[in-house]
Amino acid sequence: MKLTGAEILCEVLTRLGVREIFGYPGGAILPVYDALGKSKLHHILVRHEQGATHMADGYARASGGIGVAMATSGPGATNMVTGIATAMLDSSPVVCITGQVSSKVLGSDAFQEIDITGITMPITKHNVVVTRAEDVARTVREAFVIAKSGRPGPVLVDITKDAQQASAEFDWDACRPKLPPKRVRKNHDQAEFDRAVELLNTAKRPLVLAGHGITVSGAIGAFEQFIRAGNYPVAMTLLGIGCFPAKDPLNLGMMGMHGEAWVNHAIQEADLLIAVGMRFDDRVTGDLRTYARNARKIHIEIDRAEINKNVKVDVALVGDAREVLEHLTPHIETRDHSAWIGHINEIKGDSAVRDIQSLPDTGHLYAAHVINDLWKETHGEAIVVTDVGQHQMWEAQYYHHNRPRTLITSGGLGTMGFALPAGIGAKFAKPDSEVWVVVGDGGFQMTMSELATIVQEKVNLKIAIINNGYLGMVRQWQEFFYDKRYVATPLVAPDFAALANAFGIRAERITTRAEVAPGIRTAREAAETVLLDFRVEQEDSVYPMVPAGASLNDMIRRPHSPLVETASDV
Amino acid sequence: MQTLVAYVENKPGVLNRVSSLARRLAINIDSLTVGPTENEEIARMTIVAHTDERGAHRLEASLEKLVDVLLAENISSRAVLERDLALIKVAADQQNRPHLMELIKVFRARVVDVAPESLIIEVSGTVDKIDGLLEVLRPFGVLEMARTGRIAMTRGGDLLQPPLPDAESSTFEPAGSNAK
Repeated sequence: MKLTGAEILCEVLTRLGVREIFGYPGGAILPVYDALGKSKLHHILVRHEQGATHMADGYARASGGIGVAMATSGPGATNMVTGIATAMLDSSPVVCITGQVSSKVLGSDAFQEIDITGITMPITKHNVVVTRAEDVARTVREAFVIAKSGRPGPVLVDITKDAQQASAEFDWDACRPKLPPKRVRKNHDQAEFDRAVELLNTAKRPLVLAGHGITVSGAIGAFEQFIRAGNYPVAMTLLGIGCFPAKDPLNLGMMGMHGEAWVNHAIQEADLLIAVGMRFDDRVTGDLRTYARNARKIHIEIDRAEINKNVKVDVALVGDAREVLEHLTPHIETRDHSAWIGHINEIKGDSAVRDIQSLPDTGHLYAAHVINDLWKETHGEAIVVTDVGQHQMWEAQYYHHNRPRTLITSGGLGTMGFALPAGIGAKFAKPDSEVWVVVGDGGFQMTMSELATIVQEKVNLKIAIINNGYLGMVRQWQEFFYDKRYVATPLVAPDFAALANAFGIRAERITTRAEVAPGIRTAREAAETVLLDFRVEQEDSVYPMVPAGASLNDMIRRPHSPLVETASDV
Repeated sequence: MQTLVAYVENKPGVLNRVSSLARRLAINIDSLTVGPTENEEIARMTIVAHTDERGAHRLEASLEKLVDVLLAENISSRAVLERDLALIKVAADQQNRPHLMELIKVFRARVVDVAPESLIIEVSGTVDKIDGLLEVLRPFGVLEMARTGRIAMTRGGDLLQPPLPDAESSTFEPAGSNAK
């Protein structure tokens, strides 16, 4: 069968199971759009190519599949950079297809020509330029294999316009992916495995650090069995949230910079850390010199390059989290760790009392209240897509996730503007699920043009803006570390409710605690997108906090009353 | 200083990926040589990097994550044969030429070009040997020098061969990738 490169692309994407493509047309990708129009693929027209990549990313994270984004050459492609980097840092499988000027003029600075493979080399798992129609099918199939295999990540395929226009023979069986042969490494030897088993079975104060890799490798069941077998308490990374139920007594909560005090203290007191599918990011370790000094460390990780990168470990079990855990669990001897777990609960001490949820209603509206009410009203069952900053940390603290892929957030890159487009992508992946976008007034203003995409595509999304009139997290750092000099953090915003209305979206402004739950209920009942503008306390801060570079046990605790001077933890 | 050997796909852009990776990891490359192997689709690199063992591990593991890198191995702690090749153009007149020739003999180097005012000397060997020759040539006036950078090979039965193409490997396709 003879098809054009553009038709081959659409055919291959369809056969690979793609249904939605998030994109934006332009000159160098026009042949593909012409073919798209004749295919069964659903193209979602975004308002900015960054949005397309975040949507594909949100789609991938919510579905466990691969998200596809499309753009034209030049500015279309460069607008994708932030979204590609976001996907790279959080190991999200996204395939980006970009148009490129004709191969005959490559390198001539033609109109809208840019070296996008050069630009994205360090932020993609792989990228490739296709200059011939006969290479389209195999290359795209290979891109899907690369994006999803091992440690997933974004792949960019740049297709020249002449390759889209030229015709080539298309035969599905003849264009199988054929990647370069790789050396097969033995992941770990028996002695190392035995050493891990010995450490696991002799530890007095073990603690498991659960990361994103558990969800990515589909190890939810294997992980739970492992935890039950050893009776291990579990601490979560931000992206690990959801891989083990928050309601389980063994789940201590989130670790790190804004982790709960008892979790960080437990890490510092543990005699064995079992890190699964996580990479000891600086936001979870604090000062490396004082990090978990009392603990031996076992690292279960698919990426060899992560071993001993930040934290030197005693045993490294390189491999897919599910495979390693399934292998390990039968060797675990059940031990009673109730004394250790009891001790951790003792550390909680007055933490619960200090929690904002336990404080009397002062008439102020706190973001934590909003998140907690959202959790209650949605019975913890919604998919929540957050932006980056204070609201993101409050979400992690006060929305208790019991299922994987229900918290979608930019962890590694910390990309503001992620939430709204990623939420749209998540809703396309899970049309029957309730999807909430939780976003600050800063991040929302970065990508709010995608409201038009919501309207055009009739997406049913719920948007909660945590509006404090500041770039809150930066303001918090200025409060703590720059003597309250609020430079460039006070932020003017439009009337978000009026703005939403202008787009044709229902909206409500909420200013008191009493309005929160009813507002959420109204939004949930609506069969269309509703935006809620929560005007929360302006100078509220996220606690606890480990200042950047400080030891993990050196936390600024929650004040006994909000908005009073903070006391250092002793 | 750490020495790594890598087998890579012999195609455009691979060198860029490798050097870009080292730059991203903030690892300074001292020398990097690329040449074909007996298989024309595969090239072999020798990378000498200013880093410690931990950095070399990171570089090795990160290199192997690149799709076009078939194998990367840190051979610093193994029995290794290392060679560097240099062409050195040195000023030579009638008077000092005999003295120069003596030195060249001692270093087992060769004269490959003779001109009235200069000689080109070819020397191969370890970096130390070439540095040593350079040291004694300097007083004569080194006009130009070109060096290849190191190539390295593990000794004896310690083989480092590129992986063979495997019909089964790397062809797994995620089924229903957009499954809901």
